[in-house]
Amino acid sequence: MASLKDLKMRIESVKGTRKITKAMQMVAAAKLRRAQEAAEAARPFADRMNVVMGNLAGASAGSESAPKLLAGTGKDDVHLLIVATSERGLCGGFNSSIAKKARVDAEKLLAAGKTVKILTVGKKGREQMRREFAKHMIDHVDMSEVKRLGYSNAQDIANDVMARFNAGEFDVATIYYSEFKSVIAQIPTALQLIPAKFEADEQAEAPFYDYEPGKEEILADLLPRALTTSVFAALLENAASEQGARMSAMDNATRNAGEMIDKLTIQYNRSRQAAITNELIEIISGAEAL
Amino acid sequence: MATMQFDLVSPERKLASLEASEVQIPGSEGDFTAMADHSPVLTTLRPGVLTVKAGSDVSEYIVTGGFVEVSPTATSVLAEQAVPKAEASADFVNGLIADAEAAAKNVSGPDLDVANKRISDTRALLDLI
Repeated sequence: MASLKDLKMRIESVKGTRKITKAMQMVAAAKLRRAQEAAEAARPFADRMNVVMGNLAGASAGSESAPKLLAGTGKDDVHLLIVATSERGLCGGFNSSIAKKARVDAEKLLAAGKTVKILTVGKKGREQMRREFAKHMIDHVDMSEVKRLGYSNAQDIANDVMARFNAGEFDVATIYYSEFKSVIAQIPTALQLIPAKFEADEQAEAPFYDYEPGKEEILADLLPRALTTSVFAALLENAASEQGARMSAMDNATRNAGEMIDKLTIQYNRSRQAAITNELIEIISGAEAL
Repeated sequence: MATMQFDLVSPERKLASLEASEVQIPGSEGDFTAMADHSPVLTTLRPGVLTVKAGSDVSEYIVTGGFVEVSPTATSVLAEQAVPKAEASADFVNGLIADAEAAAKNVSGPDLDVANKRISDTRALLDLI
């Protein structure tokens, strides 16, 4: 059995851990609120963009001249998986669940004889994907310097992806991220970026707009922006999910540390009691022997 | 005077949402002013100054690319970047010019014309602030 001193030290160390996890939880809660506000603020733009793109894309879907970003290359041989994760750990299953979803899909694609290319955003996802798909990794976007997620971050990623697409490096691009439902539920999601898919709103009758310049020009101008908006929305969702996952993970850790302290304290008191009893017995039996 | 709903949103936030009497928009095919009961128009933006008038209140914003949706009852501007003119500095515009120039580097053909127009439109902003 561990000595009293050892037990005391362990209790102190667990108490220190509990303080850290408690602090991390509170920091995550504050950051989560900010991330949620940012995601909320970005929503009107994304919604509006989707509606307009839905109308435009619906109109030109069948035509021969539809832009490649919308119509695709006509093949689906080479797939680009963009795996967006966080830069830091200690956030529960957040990173692993995204990586797992991407891994399952990548294996499926490989089994079907397709070529898979992987672009990672965030350090944690890269580490996990590298284990199995090291030779499929083509690039990595480092977000560790990014303090506050901005539209320009999404722009950099989207421009890179579009440049690769125009160079014919892949046919289909899908982004993997985690959708924020609530603090306890983040759903790993795959969203196809190229060829772009927009859900045309069937109910809302599209008003008869005058298009200036023509419909096709507007579509060509807006497609890259719509793609950037999708990437931006995914990154924002991811940021909120990360903080949510970290908050609940740290909440659990704090609770576990509390339980451990209780257990260790009981053990400590018991052994202290035993030691005292032992000493008393020794003194009494010593006195009796005289 | 009749008013209409005006919204100005950028990807990061909503900058304005108010009842406006008229909005002057830098469209890619030329400037135009939208007022209540304008016929529905959908057009792209060029870098320029957007002026919103609500009664006697006038507010101005620097906008870069994006698009505008005008309907008889509402005008929504979705700008890639938008800042109130009062907050825009020469440094900010110079940054935009640098972005536009960087975008022009790897293009050719008709895209180059578009990129060059963006550069000159952005340069013109320097005189406006």
